[in-house]
Order: sequence, then structure tokens, then C-alpha cells
Amino acid sequence: MQSISEKKQIRKVIFASSVGTLIEWYDFYIFGSLAPIIASQFFPKTNPTAALLSTLATFAAGFIVRPFGALVFGRLGDKVGRKYTFLLTLILMGGSTFAIGLIPGYEKIGFLAPMLVLLLRLIQGLALGGEYGGAATYVAEHAPTNRRGYFTSWIQTTATLGLLLSLGIILITRKSLATDPADSIRVFEDWGWRIPFWFSVILVGMSIYIRLKMHESPMFSKLKAEGKISVNPIKESLMHKSNLKMVLLALFGATMGQGVVWYTGQFYAQTFMENTIKIDFEQTRTILICAIVAATPLFIFFGNLSDKIGRKWIIMAGLLSAVILYRPIYHQMISVASVTDSQVDNSKTHIDRVLKPNTGKGYSLQNTTTYTVYENGITEKKIHVDTLYSGEIEKPQLVDKVSKQLPENRYWMMVALIFLQILFVTMSYGPIAAFLVELFPTKIRYTSMSLPYHLGNGVFGGLTPFIAVLLGTMYSGDLLVGLWYPIIIAGFCLLIGSLYLSNKIDNNVND
Amino acid sequence: MNSIKKFFGIIWMILGAGTYGMLVKTAITQISLKPTTDTIVQWSIFVIIFLPITIGFLIFGWLAFKGAYDHLPSSSDEIV
Repeated sequence: MQSISEKKQIRKVIFASSVGTLIEWYDFYIFGSLAPIIASQFFPKTNPTAALLSTLATFAAGFIVRPFGALVFGRLGDKVGRKYTFLLTLILMGGSTFAIGLIPGYEKIGFLAPMLVLLLRLIQGLALGGEYGGAATYVAEHAPTNRRGYFTSWIQTTATLGLLLSLGIILITRKSLATDPADSIRVFEDWGWRIPFWFSVILVGMSIYIRLKMHESPMFSKLKAEGKISVNPIKESLMHKSNLKMVLLALFGATMGQGVVWYTGQFYAQTFMENTIKIDFEQTRTILICAIVAATPLFIFFGNLSDKIGRKWIIMAGLLSAVILYRPIYHQMISVASVTDSQVDNSKTHIDRVLKPNTGKGYSLQNTTTYTVYENGITEKKIHVDTLYSGEIEKPQLVDKVSKQLPENRYWMMVALIFLQILFVTMSYGPIAAFLVELFPTKIRYTSMSLPYHLGNGVFGGLTPFIAVLLGTMYSGDLLVGLWYPIIIAGFCLLIGSLYLSNKIDNNVND
Repeated sequence: MNSIKKFFGIIWMILGAGTYGMLVKTAITQISLKPTTDTIVQWSIFVIIFLPITIGFLIFGWLAFKGAYDHLPSSSDEIV
């Protein structure tokens, strides 16, 4: 039975750890969410080297560096302590995020701009690699034995809430920079995209203040006082067969599958809605926001449940649900946004033409927007940009954009389908911090749990949207071909986890 | 149950080597079909990043085959 002061203390520990981790995820995801704008500002496609840097910055740096961060900061956390290590990762992440918002564009400082962005993105990836393991370990080492799953599940909500915060801040900023919505979007794409990056410094400042007041983990302090801390945590984690086998089991039997389920439900789903079934930018974001808000409490529910029935089968149930239900869910998503079986309602269909006169570039543009309303309530918006009065100099390319607005009933059906996917995320992700903490001894815990986590989430998971889209371009006849990647990875992880993992809760993580 | 775990150890080793071979073959095909910077960088990253993971999977299969997972440690003393 915990005393009131103990309860108060653990609440402070959870709050301090969760807020910092949430902010790190926010910092990491705003770069991803704003990648197209960042690419246009810093990485002009006309310069091949800048294009190469763009690919590296947006594709590679975000996930490849995370396992390295896990090793670098994991080692530090096991030698110096949890508190100062995850304070350092927070400062690095906050500083690099703020700095990205300050870098002048390619047009002003040339090649230095993309180089700086790449460097700062690498620092972000490293910092994130060190943060999560520290926060999860710190909370778990404060938590009572029978509530470890519940307390660490608060840390598990932070990645999703960080994504939610980044979506919300971007949407609000995008809409509030001018009274006219079109002007506001234009200002946002010009310089307003920097605001979410600058906003980070306020959040990070608050979090550093809170974390500075915290004490070191009691288990680590005890180990340090007894002179039992590890001399070389990386060597002990990876070179000792008895620990290496647990690192490999954690990766292939749990985090690999959990990573793809996480990124499919929250990132690939967004890409699929926007690019494949062409749902409008804002609706895509608000659908995701509604589903996240509804599903987030389930992280806590499954973390708490894992204290009662064990971690393994909850994680495996999440993976199994994903393997069985992904294709039916995505079939349903296509059907909800489909207009093929619906007649056009001619009374509501209309065309807007806007002429953008000669801007000194030798041509004028005519935007033709066709709003086609279908009987099932979906409004399809087609924007066709045409060149008029073109002179001899360069002509802009013709642009055709299609997006759909869902009516209310279909909107909520889509929310429900995304909610289901996030439900699988909460099952596989909610109990995993407690599960990982219990696999490894205190003296090498930070390093040993961070590595499989970031390989599973950063590499297998972070690659999900990219590989899924790549499969879609290689086999363009099947809209759902991209789902085979998460289904196969989650399927193998399910098999390995079911065969080799134990469902037993480790009552003693002090050793 | 332990013999099933060991048998699957062989499967993991074959699967790891086979999947990585397929990845390299696909990378070569895709790069030769479209030899642009993006394609070369993307597929090279796949091939490089999945190499240590494949080695890890082969070690996992080998350990499973040798019976290392017949018993999981119940205390940290068994680990380090």
C-alpha cells in the first residue's frame, strides 16, 4: 500500500518524464509533417546535391540515427545516470528544433541551408534515440511492482500525444496567419511554418525546469553508491550471449511488430487517406485527431491490464488483430471515400474560375476549380491550373489536384476505421515499456532496452509509410499492396513472440 | 515445445538469408530500371541498414536452434 507522499512523488515522476518525452515526439514529428514545405524551402529539386540531402534528411536521418542515439545515450544513462541523460537529450532536441526554425532558406544562404537542416535533423534523431529509454526506465524504477505497467503506460501515450500536438499546432497556425484562409495558407508556406518550430522552445524550457527538480532514479542511485554500475554497458549488452539473446528476442518478438503497427495506424493511414483515396488535407488531419483523442486512454487501460494478466498476450493480441484486420479495414476506407457507385448531383455541382494576372513572369494563370457533388454526399474538388498569354520564357507546368470532402456520416465512419487501427497500437504499445524494463538488469537497462526499441520503432516502424508507398509504385494495380509490409512483419513478430516470450511479470527489477 | 523452438531456429536462419538476398536482388533491379539519385540512395540505405538486422536475425535463429531460448532467465544474475 502506497502512502500519500509516495503517490504524490510517483505522479511528479510520471508528469516530469511524460511532458519531456511528449515534447521530444512533438519536435520529431513537426519536421515529418512539414517535410514538403521544408523540402521546397531548403532542398530545390533543380540542384542534384540538394535533392540528395533532402532524401537523406527526410528519409534516412529520422530513423537510421535513432538506434545510434539509443547506444550513445543508453551508455551515458547507464554510467552517469538516468536524470542527467534524458535532460541532455531534451536540450539537444529542443535546441535543434528551434534552430531549424531559424535557418534562412536556400535562396538566401545557398548550399549551407540544406547542410544545416540535415545536421540538425541528425541531432534530433540522436536525441530521440536517447530519450525514450531514459523516461521509461526512470518511471519504471520509481513504480511499485504491481503497477509498473500502469505507470509506464503514461510514457506510452506521449508518442501519440506528441503527434496530436504537432497536427494541432500546424492546423491552428496554418489557419490563423491571415483573415482570408487562402492568404493564411500562403503566409504559412512562406514563413509561418517556422512558428511550430519556435513554439518548441517554450515547451522545452518548461520541461527542463520541471526535470531539473527531479531526483535520480533510486535503483540507479543505489547501484552507484554500491559501486556496481556497468563499466562498459554496450559491451555487456551486446557481447554477453545471455543478454544479447534477450535484446534479439525483444526486437524480433515484440518491438519489430509493434513498430509497424504503430506507424501503420498513425502515419500510413494519414498518407493513405491523403494520397490514395484523396481526402482533403484538413479532414485527413481532423479525422486522425478525433481518432487519437478517442483511443489515447486505452494506452493506460492496456498498461493497467498488463499488471493483472501479463504483458505478452496483450501485445500479441494487438499484432494478431492488425494481421487479420488491416486489409478489411483499408478496403472499407476505400469504400467510404468512393464515388464510383454514386451518381453526380448536378444541381449542386459548380465551377469557379480565378484569373491570376501577369506577374511579370511572362504569363498569367487561370485556376479552374470544379466542385462535383455526388448523391452519397461526397464533394470532389478538382483544381486545374492553366497558363494563359504565355510568352517565350519558361512556362509553368499544368497542375491538376483532386481532393474529396466527406459528408458527416462518412467522416465519422472514417474516424471509426482509424480508431480501430489506433486500438491495435494501444494494445501492442501500451504494455511494452514495462515489458522491456523487466527483461534487463538495472546496470545495463537503459542501453539494452533502448536498442531493440529504436530498431523496432525507428527502422521497421519508421520505414512503414515509405516502404508501403514504394510497394504501391512498384505494383500500381493494387491499392492495398503497401499493407503487405506491416502484415508480414507483424505476422512474423507474432509467431516469434508467441513461441519464445514469457508472460511472467518480473516482480524484482532491482537486480 | 522446446523442439519446436529449435526447429523454427532453422527456419529463421533460412528466412533471414533468403529475404536479404531478395532485398539485394530487388535493389539491383530497381536501380538499373531507374538510376536516379533518389532511387540509388533509397535502395542503398535499405541494403545497408538491413545488413546488421539480418545478421542479428541469423544469430537469433542460431541461438534458438542451439536451445538458448529453452529457458528464459528469471533473475538478472542469469544475464550478467
